[in-house]
Amino acid sequence: METEIRVTEAVAAGHGLTAEEFARVRQILGRDPTYTELGIFSVQWSEHCSYKSSRVHLKRLPTKGPQVIEGPGENAGVVDIGGGLCAVFKIESHNHPSFVEPFQGAATGVGGILRDIFTMGARPIAVLDSLRFGPMAEDAGVASNVAARNRRILDGVIGGIAFYGNCFGVPTAGGEIRFEPSYSGNPLVNVLALGIARRDGLFLARARGTGNPVVYVGARTGRDGIHGASLLASAEFSEESQQKRPNVQVADPFMEKLLLEACLEAMKTGAVVAIQDMGAAGLTCSTSEMAAHGGTGIEIDLQLVPRRETGMTPYEIMLSESQERMLLVAEKGRQDELIELFRKWGLEAVEIGRVTDDGLMRVLDGGRVVAEIPAQPLCDQGPAYARPIAPPAGREERLVEFAPEGKALTQAFERLLASPSVASKRWVWEQYDHMVRTNTVVGPGRGDAAVLRVKESGRGLALSTDGNGRWCRLDPFVGAMHAVAEAARNVAASGARPIAATNCLNFGNPEKPEVMWQFSRAVDGVAEACRALGTPITGGNVSFYNETLGEAIDPTPVIGILGLLDDASKALGMRFRAEGDLIVLLDGAVRAPGAETAPAHREGGSANGPADRVALAREFSSSEYAKVLLGLTSGAPPEIDLAADKRLIDVLVALAAERLVFSAHDLSDGGLTVALAECSFGTGGLAAQVELHGAEPAEVALFGERGARAVVSVEGALLARVSAVAAQYGLKAQALGRVARGDFRIAYNDREIVRAPAARLEDLWTNSLERALAVSLPAAG
Amino acid sequence: MKFGVVVFPGSNCDHDAHHAVGAVLGHQVEFIWHQSENLDGFDAVILPGGFSYGDYLRTGAIARFSPVMRSVERFAHRGGLVLGICNGFQILLEAGLLPGAMLRNRGLRFICRDVWIRVESTDTPFTLAAEPGQVLRVPIAHSDGNYTAEPETLRELERNDQIVFRYTTADGREDAAANPNGSMENIAGIVNRERNVLGMMPHPERAVETIMGSTDGLVVFRSMVQSLLRHAQATA
Repeated sequence: METEIRVTEAVAAGHGLTAEEFARVRQILGRDPTYTELGIFSVQWSEHCSYKSSRVHLKRLPTKGPQVIEGPGENAGVVDIGGGLCAVFKIESHNHPSFVEPFQGAATGVGGILRDIFTMGARPIAVLDSLRFGPMAEDAGVASNVAARNRRILDGVIGGIAFYGNCFGVPTAGGEIRFEPSYSGNPLVNVLALGIARRDGLFLARARGTGNPVVYVGARTGRDGIHGASLLASAEFSEESQQKRPNVQVADPFMEKLLLEACLEAMKTGAVVAIQDMGAAGLTCSTSEMAAHGGTGIEIDLQLVPRRETGMTPYEIMLSESQERMLLVAEKGRQDELIELFRKWGLEAVEIGRVTDDGLMRVLDGGRVVAEIPAQPLCDQGPAYARPIAPPAGREERLVEFAPEGKALTQAFERLLASPSVASKRWVWEQYDHMVRTNTVVGPGRGDAAVLRVKESGRGLALSTDGNGRWCRLDPFVGAMHAVAEAARNVAASGARPIAATNCLNFGNPEKPEVMWQFSRAVDGVAEACRALGTPITGGNVSFYNETLGEAIDPTPVIGILGLLDDASKALGMRFRAEGDLIVLLDGAVRAPGAETAPAHREGGSANGPADRVALAREFSSSEYAKVLLGLTSGAPPEIDLAADKRLIDVLVALAAERLVFSAHDLSDGGLTVALAECSFGTGGLAAQVELHGAEPAEVALFGERGARAVVSVEGALLARVSAVAAQYGLKAQALGRVARGDFRIAYNDREIVRAPAARLEDLWTNSLERALAVSLPAAG
Repeated sequence: MKFGVVVFPGSNCDHDAHHAVGAVLGHQVEFIWHQSENLDGFDAVILPGGFSYGDYLRTGAIARFSPVMRSVERFAHRGGLVLGICNGFQILLEAGLLPGAMLRNRGLRFICRDVWIRVESTDTPFTLAAEPGQVLRVPIAHSDGNYTAEPETLRELERNDQIVFRYTTADGREDAAANPNGSMENIAGIVNRERNVLGMMPHPERAVETIMGSTDGLVVFRSMVQSLLRHAQATA
């Protein structure tokens, strides 16, 4: 055993292991660990790899469903999509590296999740990115140097995502971006990838077959990324965090493209027994987990590992997070066939060890043992904490005051349309190849969800990611439910039936009781909403320690929902089709005559009482409108009614299946008015002209963000049929007006309060983001 | 009639070109490995889009040295049809099969969106089924599509009717705003003097089915098929 550095409790503490954790290491080994072993335990038991603060809570998430083939615990979730095929998908964060080095951090984030997908035997067909940045302009209560840094981070992240996905050849087909002050020191980069595999062609990371060779494939191992994902993501940031830049890995999408093609080809030979990518904690994680999950042991010799530089210690080789590497177990006697196949693709492949039957992860260095650890305890008996929980103290807060009745709201509406969170993200997604592989049926900016066709079956897969951190700060339980409901609604608006979910839970320091309270409440919200909407959680990840200088981000659970369309050609976009079509509002809370009555507070005519006014003000104070126009983020997220959302989802899916509507768009940020505008854009001059009636303040009617609502456009002759379908599910279809040529117009209680040329609104919406960024980015030409 | 789609390490539109010719148009099509030195039996060869060899160094700069390019050159010199799309166009330029070069896009960013291109010449095997002046809606997806050439080369391209596609507005007007990447004279695609090698930055294989939002790219593949049929009849 190596003796170069003696391991003491102090050395262990320097590796992030507590005294109890270190004692446990000694107990498992029955002796003091070597320095290499300490490194292995420290990454395997890091927050990022072991989920030690979240495991006890994640058990509350629903993970089973008729279509779920593999749930959490595998590299990605797997669901049946018919025709002998399955969808493999997962979302993961790369927040910390993206703050330290935005371009490489985001690029390697894309690379990492793509490997998770093709490790399972699936070909990636789409990527979505859920991104959160600090404000781009200094007027939002943000200093100009901070705003400039936020713009630089955004530019680097977008560039990194584009660089990786475009070269790899996977369409970046959707996602969302929001801006809030809390992400200034800590952007969120959550990447969701979706792949398709044959049901009988799935691969799991479970070693088996004593004596089977272990083969290393792909990029050489270097000193890059040591303690990268594992430790960067397992502690808060301080002012010195920029010094951690060497901990961020470097991306090579070309290498990954070769790995993809070679691995899929290798899997078809039947000579691959098990396969695992080397992501966080590199060789450590891939060897120990393959052995632990397979109930075997594994032995490798580091002298055989291809290295990029000389003089690397066993510790460095085991902890390196160099990208674009895979580890596989081959059928004994067929390893040369695989090595030859990888060579054909220009990839280095080397036999570095074998599967054993002693349950140990044994690491040799030229025959000398440098680590020998029981694999199962290392992987499965890591620490798990029920950390203290306490709700944060309540705050004094100012609520919105509504404008006098009849006040024109056109100017306010224009400011809202041009605000970064609401404005079109065209400038971003035009930098992504969102069409490669020719499966993108509904691409970015065209609908509520990304829709990909499945060429083999003619079916469609819809995907949406969502998560409103502002709402989760005000109420993590309700906010998390909204994230699920919004993503599911988006999928349904595209015509697809939501069938499964993946989640990325982004929070602050879990050692703070208030953060843990937010986390626990959010998990409960996700669990309740996923249960109600029939979308079990199939995987995902938790990202804690999203704090800089002690300031935590808004708690941000990001939910990705997958939906299935029986016929991809029935997918719906959001854009209006033709002049004269009717605009119809579907509200899950407004019931058709004869259906059971909704709760009283939902009734349109009851908003006159003072108590109702206060409730409305509280709800509206958390809206995008309140934030942009009034500078307020207070009150509470809108009340949520999951049964209403379920009804709406059912109606939208039924309408798309019968091809009864031309477009569908859910109401979210900016409410009905923003939704109607978005339906009007990109249509060559069509505009909504509607008349609304109600007792609520006009701002609430036009910009309120209550859930369970969507607008559809319908040919006049089909309105009766649409109403009948809605009524089947207990909903009333409310005709609001028409698609017209001319101004965009909204009247409320017989007074026109929004009116503007559609082209002017479209310009504001389409180009505001680019204009805001143009302050610091290189100009064209 | 047999089409071939070359697979370089890093090609990523190879499957899409294969799908367009095979599954959509129903013609025989096979992949050609980048180390292949024999193109016997193929009537047309497609160099697909992607990032051959990672496009490290310069787009297409490494791919032009791969063994298959020697066979593609011979194939082209014998009069075989060669279609280079996006990265394929860049490789054809590097290989000297077409004149000119690509610079980074004017805005220095990758651009992926639908553009309109006008058919400038129907006197090619790739556009003979098109109407003169027909405007096609086809996507682009590249960061290095800013076509550039010496003034003399441009004059020659013009004189010999080698400019096949130009970026225009939807109604066929050629203006600066319609030019997505800064290409000289809005050039989106050119042929060689012999007219059997076409390079184009837009992706016709991404516009061959209604569900993709446009079928305007079909005209390129249909023209190639018609041309090959005519040739076969003429030599029968």
